[in-house]
Amino acid sequence: MLGLADYSSDEIQTILDTSLQMRDILDRPVKKVPTLRGVTVVNLFLENSTRTRTSFELAEKRLSADTLNFSASGSALSKGETMLDTALNIEAMKVDVVVMRHKSPGSPHFLARHLESIIINAGDGRHEHPTQALLDMLTLRDKYGSLKGLRVALVGDILHSRVAMSNIIGLKRMGAEVIVCGPSTLIPRGIERMGVEITNHLDDAIQRADALNILRIQLERQTAGLFPSLREYHKYFGVTRARLEKASSPLTILHPGPMNRGIEITSDVADSEHSVILQQVTNGVAVRMAVLYLLAGGRAEPGAQ
Amino acid sequence: MTSKYTRFDKPARAENLFLQGARVIDPRRGIDQIMNLHVRNGVLQGITSEAPAGSDVIDLRGHWITPGWFDLHVHLREPGKEVAETIATGCMAAMNGGFTGIACMPNTDPPLDDAATVKWVRSQGKPFPVEVHVIAAATRGRQGKELVEMTEIVEEGVRAFSDDGGPIKSSAVLRHAVEYSNMLGARIFEHAEDVYLAEGGSMNEGEWSTRLGVTGMPTIAEAIDVARCVLISEYTGGAVHICHVSAKESVELIRNAKQKGLRVTGEVCPHHLLLTDESCKTFDTNFKMNPPLRSESDRQACWEAFLDGTLDVYCTDHAPHSWEDKTQEFDIAPFGIVGLETALGLALTFFMEKGMGLHTLLERVVYAPREILTQPLPCIGEGEAANLTIIDPTCRWTVSPDDFKSLSRNTPFAGWELTGKSRGVIHRGFAVIQTF
Repeated sequence: MLGLADYSSDEIQTILDTSLQMRDILDRPVKKVPTLRGVTVVNLFLENSTRTRTSFELAEKRLSADTLNFSASGSALSKGETMLDTALNIEAMKVDVVVMRHKSPGSPHFLARHLESIIINAGDGRHEHPTQALLDMLTLRDKYGSLKGLRVALVGDILHSRVAMSNIIGLKRMGAEVIVCGPSTLIPRGIERMGVEITNHLDDAIQRADALNILRIQLERQTAGLFPSLREYHKYFGVTRARLEKASSPLTILHPGPMNRGIEITSDVADSEHSVILQQVTNGVAVRMAVLYLLAGGRAEPGAQ
Repeated sequence: MTSKYTRFDKPARAENLFLQGARVIDPRRGIDQIMNLHVRNGVLQGITSEAPAGSDVIDLRGHWITPGWFDLHVHLREPGKEVAETIATGCMAAMNGGFTGIACMPNTDPPLDDAATVKWVRSQGKPFPVEVHVIAAATRGRQGKELVEMTEIVEEGVRAFSDDGGPIKSSAVLRHAVEYSNMLGARIFEHAEDVYLAEGGSMNEGEWSTRLGVTGMPTIAEAIDVARCVLISEYTGGAVHICHVSAKESVELIRNAKQKGLRVTGEVCPHHLLLTDESCKTFDTNFKMNPPLRSESDRQACWEAFLDGTLDVYCTDHAPHSWEDKTQEFDIAPFGIVGLETALGLALTFFMEKGMGLHTLLERVVYAPREILTQPLPCIGEGEAANLTIIDPTCRWTVSPDDFKSLSRNTPFAGWELTGKSRGVIHRGFAVIQTF
């Protein structure tokens, strides 16, 4: 799974449906099945991540896969070895699945050209983060029953967000409408060609959307001159209860985390009854179990499924 | 004995060759007819219908002979990166691609920024039927601060200076470089790029960079520098050549400059005429170059400018990189592709159908580059030095990088089916005519 760009609506539907079955497993007293027994998964995280890695690792363990964690620091990468050589060496240890995160866009595509293993993109630069979009879609589908016709606003740093990109692809493919909202310097050029609406006014997005997916704003974007201050950002793009109360009906609030409370989202919004942020986290494990099962189930020991 | 092709698959002395039955095309001399050419000791002899005694008779029926092609923009990597290309392998790639002259850029390590180095590079091409011209660095170490010793370098035959690989960042230094080189009858070649606008970019900024999450380089990063060059040319009266034009805004600026009579010229590469940024969608680093592949509207603008002469020169920006360097993540891999061995085939396969006549193509690839470097133009006529490119216009072939003479394989055209191939070159008393 290199990105959602390669997936049809039927395939996405299948993943979401399978995720529901996986979520049932998470609700059991014994949260483990032998589905991927004998399958070895390496979590090749060459960029820092706690949430996504933990979620993948838990998903792998719930399915009884053997897991191996690899991070860049302290590895041969820090001694000058290329990412390709590192990956080839890991594969030579007979792993079946590589879950990878890397700061370079397209790095999973690059490895896929050279490795036999199943590769799952856990975030490549600002390109895609397919499992995050899937868990966002699952969360919205839980709430609304269907994604078709739903209007979702992505708010914040669209330019640097792999979450935004995969969400746009996935939501559009499933029949939802997407609005992107943020300062003009954080809206990437040509994004309208992906079939999204653009607004620089949060109140406008709030008026028209059913759900807000609020993206984290990073301080270094300010120092890069992309907006004047966090204070101003919060004033005009921060999602607050007061702003939301202007909407004609309550909006569902999503955030991929980690949150900057008081900047892009206030606590009274993050913790409100309309927030599904913690459901997103639970769904994340279920979606990743589904993806692992659908991609690697065929490699499991006979009788394991 | 008459053979379809002769044995010269390596440079051999053009002592006594009888080239029989080719279509000989020399637009500047008004020649376009089937004829025989006799070359003796590298010099064209009078027209004769019979092969002179003792001559190597080469049957070239169905072939074209044109004045020697010239590639105005080549990177040879020596000194410094001989694993990617050497001057010798670059010359071999050039002659394999049908070029009898190339101009190499100075961004080697160390850079080509003094007369001795320039002289050494030029001398390395001597065993080949390929003239190696040097475009020397405009500033010491390509640092963009102090001008190189231009007068001394011009005395070594150099007629162009550039910090290619990057622009001359300081407008003041650029201005002085244009003024000083103009005094010497030389010109500045500018890699047009506002490095601040293009900073961190790996491909064109637009829909595809957004879809791929790759940092983009906007077209205006190129065009702003083109505008700067045009203004400096107008202000100083000096000559500026814009390298590898890729953006429609740049084209428009050059067109306007030419209409005003300014001494501004431009060049275009086959990849900017034939590919767009959508090609990057597989993250294949063979589509990563600088300037990057642009949008369809930029590509169309380059075509129009190439056809109407706004862009004077067809060149390759031959930029060899080793497999190790190119086989990396897209944003980490270096910019650049090889081009010497595909340019002729691409031109013959695609340019005619776009409405470019063969004579116009030869203007862009034979005459204009040499005029920009103030070099003598090759002529087909009795007593002239034989400087010829031999073309099989009907040869259908598939681009196979493993067959390249270049040390590097980084082409986006691998697997392309082309019609038209160089069969050899004759120049400087040498001949290479491939056997097959």
